[in-house]
This record gives sequence, C-alpha cells and structure tokens, in this order.
Amino acid sequence: MSDHTVKAFDEDITRLRGLIAEMGGLSEVAIQGALEALVRGDQELAQKVIDGDKKIDELETEVDKLAVRVIALRAPMADDLREVIAALKIAGVVERIGDYSKNIAKRVGQIDGREKFEPLTLLPAMGDLAAEMVHDVLTAYSARDADLAREVIATDEKVDAFYNSIFRNLVSYMVENPATISSAAQLLFIARNLERIGDHATNVAEMVHYAATGLYPPEEDR
Amino acid sequence: MDQRSQIPTIGILLAIVAFIGLLTAGLEPALSIAVLILWVGSLFLASLRAPDTRAQKTEKPLSRDNMRELIEYAATPLLLTQANKIADANRAARKLLGRHIIGQDVRVAFRQPEAIALLDQGRNGTAIVRGLVRRRDIWQIKRQTITDNLAVIELVNQTAEADISRAHTDFVANASHELRTPLASIIGYVETLSEDAGEMDPSTTRKFYGTVLRESRRLQSLVSDLMSLSRVEAEKHDQPSERISFPPLLERAARDAAGAERTDRLIFDVSTDAVVAGDAQQLEQLVRNLVDNAFNYGANDKPVTVSLHTARDNQVRLTVADQGEGIAPEHIPHLTRRFYRTDPGRSRASGGTGLGLAIVKHIVERHRGRLDISSTQGEGTSVTVRFPVVLEKDDSQGDEIATDATLS
Repeated sequence: MSDHTVKAFDEDITRLRGLIAEMGGLSEVAIQGALEALVRGDQELAQKVIDGDKKIDELETEVDKLAVRVIALRAPMADDLREVIAALKIAGVVERIGDYSKNIAKRVGQIDGREKFEPLTLLPAMGDLAAEMVHDVLTAYSARDADLAREVIATDEKVDAFYNSIFRNLVSYMVENPATISSAAQLLFIARNLERIGDHATNVAEMVHYAATGLYPPEEDR
Repeated sequence: MDQRSQIPTIGILLAIVAFIGLLTAGLEPALSIAVLILWVGSLFLASLRAPDTRAQKTEKPLSRDNMRELIEYAATPLLLTQANKIADANRAARKLLGRHIIGQDVRVAFRQPEAIALLDQGRNGTAIVRGLVRRRDIWQIKRQTITDNLAVIELVNQTAEADISRAHTDFVANASHELRTPLASIIGYVETLSEDAGEMDPSTTRKFYGTVLRESRRLQSLVSDLMSLSRVEAEKHDQPSERISFPPLLERAARDAAGAERTDRLIFDVSTDAVVAGDAQQLEQLVRNLVDNAFNYGANDKPVTVSLHTARDNQVRLTVADQGEGIAPEHIPHLTRRFYRTDPGRSRASGGTGLGLAIVKHIVERHRGRLDISSTQGEGTSVTVRFPVVLEKDDSQGDEIATDATLS
C-alpha cells in the first residue's frame, strides 16, 4: 500500500492489522489447544483455552474502538475504507472462532471412557483441517493474498465432507452402543463446532479476497 | 572541502601577467593569445583531473544500508525491527514469511502468542513458536537489541528434529500391526505344511503354498511401501529443486504402472509441457500409485484417463480418473490415512497395502502441491494433484515462487 499524506493514518492501519494478526494467532492456538485437550483428556489445558478466550475478546474490543476512531477521524475512502471495514468484520469472525474453540474445550470434561472410545480418533483429522484453514486465512490476510484466500474457500468442502462422514459414523456408533450416547453427542457438537470454524474461516477468506481485490470471489471456485 | 570545483585563480592570474609581459615585450598578439589559452586550458584540465584522495566515503561502519547488505544473503532468516515494525527482512526471511511483511507491525509476521510476548516486551531472548509458516512447524525466535529501538530477529527452524522422533513412534505403531498379520498367516501355513507333510493331499498343499507365497509378496510390498513412506516423510521439509519436464515422466510412469496387458486402456490427455521442481523418483511413484489405484478400483474393461493441463496461479493439474463404482462420500476424507481401507477384504485381495494414497499425499506435500479426491458413486473416481510450475523467466529471483511455501 502506498503511503498516505497523513502519516498517522498509516500508523493506525498498521496497528489494526497487527491487532487482527494477534487475535488470529490466539485463536489458532485456541483451536490447537482445544483439540489437544480433547484427544488427551487434559482438563488443565482445556481450562487454559477457556481462560485464553478473554484475551481474544479484549482484542476484539480494541479493534472495534480503533476502527471506529479511524473512520470517525480520518474518513477513509476507497481501498482504505475497505481495509478498515474488513478489519472490523474479520475481528468479529475471529472472535467467534475463539468462542467455538472455547466451547470445544468446555466439552472435554464431559466425555467418559476415552480409553476405548473409538469415535474420538475421527475428530483430530477434521480439527487439523479446520485449524489449517484458519492458519491459511490469517496468512492470506497478512499478505493480502487473494489466491490463498480462494484455496481456503475450496478447502471448506473437505471440512464439510469430514463433518458428514463423522456425523454418520457417530450416529451409527450411538445406535450400536446406547451407553455412550451422551459422550458421542458431545463429539457431535464438537464436530459441528469445527465445521462452523471452517465456515467462519471461509467468511474471512471472502473478506480478504474482497479487501484485496474489491471483488467477491467467484461462486464456483475449484 | 570540495577542492576540485575551485577555479585555479592564482594560476590564471600568473598566466595573465605573463600574457601582458609577452605583449609588452613585443611578441605578436596572436601568438600571445595562443600561449594564454594553452596555459589557462592546461590549468583547468589539470585541476579537473586532480586525484582527490581525501574525498573517500567516511560513512559510519554500521549504517542501516550496510546492515541490510550484511544480512541480505545470510542463509538464516533475519529481520530488522524498528519500534516494533519490520524495517527490513533478508532474502531468507522474505522467502519464509512473504515480502509483504516489510513495513508491517511485527505481529503481522509473528502472530503466535509466544512470539508476541517476546517481541512486545522488547527484551532480548528466545521463544519457541509453533505453526509459523506451515502448521506444525517449530521455529525458535531470537531477539537481540542493537540500539534503542532497533532490534534484530533471527529464526531457527527446529521442525525436523521434533518430527524425527514423532515419525519414529508413528512408524512403529502403524507398521507392527500390519506386518504381524501376514507373518502370522505365513507361519501358520508353513507350520501346518511341515507337520502334516505327506499326509496332505497335493491340491491342499498347493493351495497352502499359494497362500504363503501371496502373503510373502504382500509382506514384501508392505515393507517397500513403508520404506518409501518413511523416506518421503524424512525429506518432507526440504523442497526438491531438480527440474523435471513432467509429461514424459508422467507417460513413462503411467505405462509402467499399467503393465503390458492394461496399457491399451490408458488414455493420455496432455496439453502442457510444464517443468516442475521435483524429485523424479517420487513423482514417478506418485503417478504409479495413482494409476495403479485407478486400475485396481476402476471397472475391469473401462479406460483410465490421465490428463495434465495448466491451471491458474502457475500450477499444473494432473488428474487420474477411472470409471469404477466410485467411493462413498463418508470415506473420502479418510482415504489418505495410513492403512485406511473402504473395503478391507477387497483391497487385500488386490494386493493393496493401504499405504498408496498416504505416500501420494506425502509426496504432494513435499512438492508443495495439493491433492483432491472427488468421486461420484456409479460413475468413477478422479484424483487431482496440483503442482507449482517452475517459471523459466523467474530463474534469478526465487522469491516470488517461494511465497507458495505457505500453501499445503
């Protein structure tokens, strides 16, 4: 981006991008932590993820304030305005991603008999994919990389496929083992959360694409 | 200070005095003027050519420019930060993090909480960061202050060391079960054969020998697949650089996999002569595995299409499509897992090890490509692999291509 006459505006934009990157980093760590806590049954780690969400919320408030201030004071136009609006919206979505991770972490304690609970092995691969989407979309945001954003959008299909696969698997597992229904239902919700994380990453990818090019990505992008 | 641009006044004055002297001495005016011009001209020439030894550069030994040049070609990624903004990044760092980071907040390049904690406090020290560029990679970040608000950040990759131990445990866990099954049946049959030797009727004996042979072959291909899998895994962090013209390799490997009796069922649809940076042996194996799968799981008499076209973003797209019964959608996400089988009995009967696609996936990852599997039940399955193409023009500056490193 070329420099502006008002240097303070550049400073503000840089800070805004820095804040979003920081939020993104925290949400990435949150997903990772939640999944690790889930696989290992690590309550302590789960609690850390839950506590960590506060920091993401704080950062979102900070982004909100800064963005509103920039709009009010500098009245940005064209791509500058797109940049600020995108930052505002992305911060909201990243905060949601953090919430879903927190929700996954909260469910860790409610799964019984994890030693031989076979469906537990299905989730990490899906979680990896969702976490990768979040990672890639944040990189795409930092680099204003529309191509990478489109890759992320394409990956969402895979996450959806995983979700459907896990859903069927879990339902048939519940039918065969009624005793595990409550634990399996928790896993269903976790799978659902991961699927939502994927959707949100896709949303961010669309905004990144928009902020970078001024166009929404084409519908059929494969 | 600048001696050169000064007019040699004294010399000219002297020349003029001499000129007047010559005139008064009664020399021809034209000759006097010629002498004057020669004199003054030579003075000017001499003053212009005067070697000036004192005007050499007296810059400070470590200016920002010098520092930039100093770090530019270092193999380790190095960054200079000024007041928590990235002032400069050397070649290796740009390759790793992308050239967009220069001028940005450090948090844009390092968004991981551990890194932010280190960089925000402005102290010297190190932090271990996971998932800096690709997920699961591990980097050590070292920060060292130079002056008040200037600091240098050094990145050290520690992924490989951490990976080796993990890959080792994975290998043992996966392999032992799969190796034990054929071994158990070999031992069982050989025991029966040696104990009941002579009492058994020849047709049963032949059947048992057949089973032993089949299981041994399976063990053999399992071992060789495991070997290639672990080899690809071990090398997955160094991106191959050998330049390979893809179409001839593709055709050779596909015909190789099809074998003499199936080769006429292969249909090639190649519209590019793309050059990719790759490992020839591994790319051949990738093609072989895909084509072999297509023949094994496709319908018996239907063709297998191998196509290679250019795709957007400087990529080349390889598709291997069969016309079989297809794969149920719930299996597709798991296909690249080791030893995952949609139909265990059938896969084993066809000699599959359950590792083919896992190997393909790792090879694709090592080449920074992408793997997509799509299938319509009743119509067939197609596996698509996309690789970045080497652009001949971009030879000198590897930077642009390297931004792809973030893809996976």
